[in-house]
Amino acid sequence: MACELKPETLAAYMDGELAAGNAPQVEEHVRNCPQCAAAVAEQMHLRRSLAAARGRYVPDPAWKKRMLTSVGSPPQQRLRWFAWLPAAIAIASVVVLMVGIAVQRRGAREEAFREVADLHVSDLASDHPVDVVSTDRHTVKPWFAGRIPFSFNVPEFAGTEFTLIGGRVVYLQQEPGAQLIVGLKQHRISVLIFREVPDSGRELPRHSGTEARAGFNVATWRADGLRFIVIGDADAGEITALAQRFRAANP
Amino acid sequence: MDPALFEQMAVPLFDQLYNLAHWLSGNRSDAEDLVQETFAKALRGFRSFETGTNLRAWMYRILRNTFMTSRSGLAAQKTGWLEDEDAEKTEELTAHAETPERLLLREESRQQVLEALAALGVGDREILLLCEVEELSYREIAQVLDVPMGTVMSRLSRARARLRRALSGPRRRSTDGV
Repeated sequence: MACELKPETLAAYMDGELAAGNAPQVEEHVRNCPQCAAAVAEQMHLRRSLAAARGRYVPDPAWKKRMLTSVGSPPQQRLRWFAWLPAAIAIASVVVLMVGIAVQRRGAREEAFREVADLHVSDLASDHPVDVVSTDRHTVKPWFAGRIPFSFNVPEFAGTEFTLIGGRVVYLQQEPGAQLIVGLKQHRISVLIFREVPDSGRELPRHSGTEARAGFNVATWRADGLRFIVIGDADAGEITALAQRFRAANP
Repeated sequence: MDPALFEQMAVPLFDQLYNLAHWLSGNRSDAEDLVQETFAKALRGFRSFETGTNLRAWMYRILRNTFMTSRSGLAAQKTGWLEDEDAEKTEELTAHAETPERLLLREESRQQVLEALAALGVGDREILLLCEVEELSYREIAQVLDVPMGTVMSRLSRARARLRRALSGPRRRSTDGV
């Protein structure tokens, strides 16, 4: 089967560079084209590996210190500032530190989000998207028992527009967790549940709302030591509605 | 902008610039020279930097141009870009001819990906670093490389195809460019 989507359009889609109006079209195509879906999954994987190149090389501390003092301002100017230099250094280092922490945090959050998006996208592209196929929450919940180190409740979907498709065990930062696939019309939404490990560096958006990232809508919250993440390309209202059901089932 | 403010803005970029310089040049001493020269040039020329534009892209551009005109940069271009031209056509084809199953089954380790990145030609390496590692937008990359956006897109897609190819086949070149 020939694919009519230009590779550069797909790349622009994955890089978040597509004009806003064109994204849904490409998304629709990716859903129906196994070749493009696989390309997306592979690109996500490569991207995650390449992220390790960030901060891979660090300057030698002694050299950096020398550099930052010598590449500064000319000496006579420095003399003039001499009086308030200590204060300036203190302020500057606090600013640098804060910026550093913010950047690092953002980096960590971005990384965690990418892992989550990876899990979701690789599931969409997979031939075996679920390990337990069931529309019955009473089958899915016990299936996870013994496979993951915690338990959770699956809400009732009968009479709603959502359908439970199944679930599988996934890993996020080496932690086993559950991925439930919920269908909504043509959309597939992932509900990911992991143990919240303090200081694990898992920095997902902390506020509990739905936000749009990289073409997905994501809702995340914490309940009873667990981290819930709902991610999919359904619209924000629908993601929020699904999140509400899981919240209600897991108070 | 006064020098103090410029310093304040540029210093937080120090580590990122060093990382990029090390990836481009492939060794510590060249990377240190590169960063030093970049900061010196930036301090001399910061008046040409317009407040409100992207300082990071501006600094990267200085770093990149400094590298490309350095001895190791010129040498790297000689080996890297000659291959580019004739390899181009076939790569685009193979990139899309792989089956989804094959693509998905291939789970390269991070280490392999980084090694493949280091072994790429300098043109491929720099655009992948700017896009995937530094997460610059196409527009910023266009500024850094001083090329049109369309060129950014085609170079990026070639670089990605070559990275995938390096990971899928037996290693063709492993030592040059490092």
